Amino acid sequence: MLKTFLKGGVHPAANKLSADKTIEILPLPKIVVIPISQHIGAPAKVLVTKGDKVKVGQRIAESGGFVSANIHSSVSGTVFKIDNVIDTSGYKKPCVIINVEGDEWDENIDKSKELKKDFTLSSEEIIKKINEAGIVGLGGATFPSHVKLSIPKGKKAEVLIINGVECEPYLTADHRLMLEKGEEILVGTKILMKALNVDKAFIGIENNKPDAINYFIELVKNFEGIQVVPLKVKYPQGGEKQLIKAVTKREVPSGGLPIDVGAVVHNVGTAFAVYEAIQKNKPLFERVVTVTGKSVKTPLNLLVRIGTSTIDLINIAGGVPENTGKIVSGGPMMGKAIVNTDVPITKGSSGVLLFEEKESKRQESQNCIRCGKCVSVCPMGIEPYLLMNLVENEMWDEVEKYHALDCIECGSCMFTCPSQRPLLDYIRLGKSTVNNIKRSRKK
Amino acid sequence: MTILVTIITLVSIGVIAAVILYLVAQKFKVFENPKIDEVEEALPGANCGGCGFPGCRGMAEALVNSDDISTLFCPVGGNETMAEVAKILGKEVTAKEPMVAVVRCNGNFENRKRTNQYDGTATCVMAASLYSGDTACEFGCLGLGDCVEVCNFDAIHMDITTGLPVVDQDNCTACGACVEACPKDIIELRRKGPKNRRIFVSCVNKDKGAVAMKACKTACIGCGKCFKVCAFDAITIENNLAYIDHEKCKLCRKCVAVCPTGAIHEINFPVKKAVVKSDEKKQTEETHINTDKTVNK
Amino acid sequence: MNRLITISQSPHVSGDFTVKKIMYSVIIALLPALAVSIYYFGLDAVRVTLIAVASAVFFEYIIQKFLIKGKQTITDGSAIITGVLLAFNVPSNLPIWMIVIGALVAIGVGKMSFGGLGKNPFNPALVGRVFLLISFPVDMTIWPTNRFALLANPDAVTGATPLAILKEGVKNGEKVTDLLSQVPPYLDMFFGNTGGSLGEISAFALIIGLIYMLMKKVITWHIPVTMLGTIFIFSAILNFANPEKFADPVFHILTGGVMLGAIFMATDMVTSPMSKKGMIIFAAGIGIITIIIRNFGAYPEGVSFAILIMNAFVPLINKYFKPKLFGEKG
Repeated sequence: MLKTFLKGGVHPAANKLSADKTIEILPLPKIVVIPISQHIGAPAKVLVTKGDKVKVGQRIAESGGFVSANIHSSVSGTVFKIDNVIDTSGYKKPCVIINVEGDEWDENIDKSKELKKDFTLSSEEIIKKINEAGIVGLGGATFPSHVKLSIPKGKKAEVLIINGVECEPYLTADHRLMLEKGEEILVGTKILMKALNVDKAFIGIENNKPDAINYFIELVKNFEGIQVVPLKVKYPQGGEKQLIKAVTKREVPSGGLPIDVGAVVHNVGTAFAVYEAIQKNKPLFERVVTVTGKSVKTPLNLLVRIGTSTIDLINIAGGVPENTGKIVSGGPMMGKAIVNTDVPITKGSSGVLLFEEKESKRQESQNCIRCGKCVSVCPMGIEPYLLMNLVENEMWDEVEKYHALDCIECGSCMFTCPSQRPLLDYIRLGKSTVNNIKRSRKK
Repeated sequence: MTILVTIITLVSIGVIAAVILYLVAQKFKVFENPKIDEVEEALPGANCGGCGFPGCRGMAEALVNSDDISTLFCPVGGNETMAEVAKILGKEVTAKEPMVAVVRCNGNFENRKRTNQYDGTATCVMAASLYSGDTACEFGCLGLGDCVEVCNFDAIHMDITTGLPVVDQDNCTACGACVEACPKDIIELRRKGPKNRRIFVSCVNKDKGAVAMKACKTACIGCGKCFKVCAFDAITIENNLAYIDHEKCKLCRKCVAVCPTGAIHEINFPVKKAVVKSDEKKQTEETHINTDKTVNK
Repeated sequence: MNRLITISQSPHVSGDFTVKKIMYSVIIALLPALAVSIYYFGLDAVRVTLIAVASAVFFEYIIQKFLIKGKQTITDGSAIITGVLLAFNVPSNLPIWMIVIGALVAIGVGKMSFGGLGKNPFNPALVGRVFLLISFPVDMTIWPTNRFALLANPDAVTGATPLAILKEGVKNGEKVTDLLSQVPPYLDMFFGNTGGSLGEISAFALIIGLIYMLMKKVITWHIPVTMLGTIFIFSAILNFANPEKFADPVFHILTGGVMLGAIFMATDMVTSPMSKKGMIIFAAGIGIITIIIRNFGAYPEGVSFAILIMNAFVPLINKYFKPKLFGEKG
């Protein structure tokens, strides 16, 4: 019996169209648009001005606080301007726009491909370097990694979990990365273990990726303390709390953090970025992105420089199909629909997903038939139907009382609702309103 | 005989129940200043929350309990109601000028090209939390009608031909519910003005002129012409956006004439005759007297 | 690309469950029981079912069109289910006009007066059934004998159900052990060769429907299993305490509307609790009330009343039996 989390969950059609496509390198774009806020937390502070020459890997914006991250140039060239451009958030955000000239890398970056296994840095040095490299959670949440690694006083990390679940349908970026950069990921894992001072690490992989599981089981024989955990397929297993539950059987308490149960979770992409940052001195300026969709000519996985326009990726995959109705950055369950194809790829873009016109529209919602399916699929054990009712009636105290803030916005409730009710829309509204109320209460 | 028994039984049950009810009511009686009821009676009873209190009862309590009620105001009842309240309580109130809600966006379908199609739950708050709107203008009206939903007085409606809300100035009580509801802060309460005449900038776009212009034909581009022409210092320009202070504006309409995009709206003015120079007259006719978003009943 | 691209919140995909699919799965699950009743009661069963379904759909259409003035909802299949379930709960010789009245009460009072599908607190078919039972107690409690019994004994046009035999006998001071010899053998009851309302006679056919619905994930096991289990255990205790007064558990499970109620009535999504814990409490309540009514009440059968009573408790159950929160201790 394979491990999985117990409560709730759904099984959306996997549609991993690009699972057997090796990662290709996207040709350099002519221009990149690098948002200065690609992470959760304070936006970074821009360090360059119009006309500045920059190299690949040069820091162009510095972290704007503890929960924030540095931004590095992903290309070499001249800063064209700093302007507001619509990014994945759907709003105009300040971005550094760079005209690409050649491909000159910062001298400190080791461009060689060979695997470097040994490292000597201490825990603090590793965390500092990760911070400098601007690494954030590459699974999509974009939480700055150094914050997760800095264990608050009084808490102790016991186990590191590497998230290779990729439970979102369509996406294969992590899957390909695991197959092609397995050893690098494991070295990265070792580095993260050192940073956290833990001697145990688990790599959770869903068993719809048997090739990755087998490959890693082979590989970990050379890495002490790392163990592969094959997991039963179930969405949202890639959710931090669900993964911890599945792997360690521990439940993060309501409102708590993974560290409360001694666990730290990092994505495989993050582990790879950590490897590159520590061993190759390479800051985070490129990532693997899956370009996919049912009518996309050649769904594929691309290594993309941050700031590349979405349209460049789609063009490599065969152009925008005529019947495209919606473009999503990320997976179909939690990804964000983007406003146009000029939206730049950021650190959090795990995929570009094109929906056909007929898949793009929601179906009309009907009366709730009180079937309770939303309750039974909710991985957090909350009651979506109830929260939707409460939010509709603006009963904010009750919304808070019935744990709206526990919602991880996985979308399982809305996915499963036979009446196509926009449950998550309302819960999100409830969450943000309750958060606002809480904030004003503190004042 | 049976009937008699029945009647006696029922009557005695009634009497006993009445006595119990009376005793319980006595025991749990809460003393309240009778004036509160009186004041509540005088208030409009709309329970709109425009005064900042939850319902008219809350307002009435506040009016009775505070010594200085000049800061409290019922926007629905207006000065008349406040005067009546003042009479009941024997306290002072100052008359306030009547206000009206004003929608500061003119991005109808023609002026503002649509770039996306929104398919989520049709409320402005939710759309606003997802993205900036289905046009290139980040600041403009989303057209999903949260303001209409929240209005208690049937004073604001969606115009389906423009996709923008329209305020009915006769019904509007300036309670401010729509101002609160609008996630884009487009709606503002402004002085109703003498003879209901008022002038305002019907745009909240803070983008640079060229960007704003590209997004919407009638955007304020922050050119400053109105600022220069205003003789009363009523206009300020901040973040590429002009704003007319309704306290200072003397309704001379010079700014309306000079605005190159027609972003400044005049309402309820008679059509200007040839009192100004001929080229200015031409411009005046082009301004949007009739496309205005305030309906006159 | 010249088309406007769509923007909406996640999730961007949805499962293949729809209200229609659920409702039609339930209808399919009802078919075996319908087939059995047609086998035993002949064209009468067809007549009652068709009239009940037609009038239920008709009333929903009329009310939706002229009173609620909303979008038509008759295609979602829920009115058909109400019609079939109402038919399943009446004797096959019920006059047409009574069935129509039953359907009107079921749809009009039981469902549409609350705002249509999803808003009704009580199972509409049972509201209709109980209305008929109270209004026309005689017509509702005279069950025709099935075709085969009629062939064997042409004079016995009607016969009592096993439950009625038991109730009547106990009232007259007879011993349950003696009475049980008058009822059909359990195997006959299991396959439907017994007296009773249209749809409730064959436990076997109903169980086929249950398996189908479980496979289609329309319902979960919690309500039917708990309800049957409770009835079994509770009646076993009573039977153990006094076998002369109380019938054995198998008898209670197989007779009357227990199977129909446990599988199709209590599991009605709209009127059952949301959480698994709640469902178990709900179903256990139905089981206990059923046995109490059967053994101590005036009516021989209590499933309908039990379900309606527990329906009324559903909001309360929903309020106090919450699903276990992730990360909650205990």
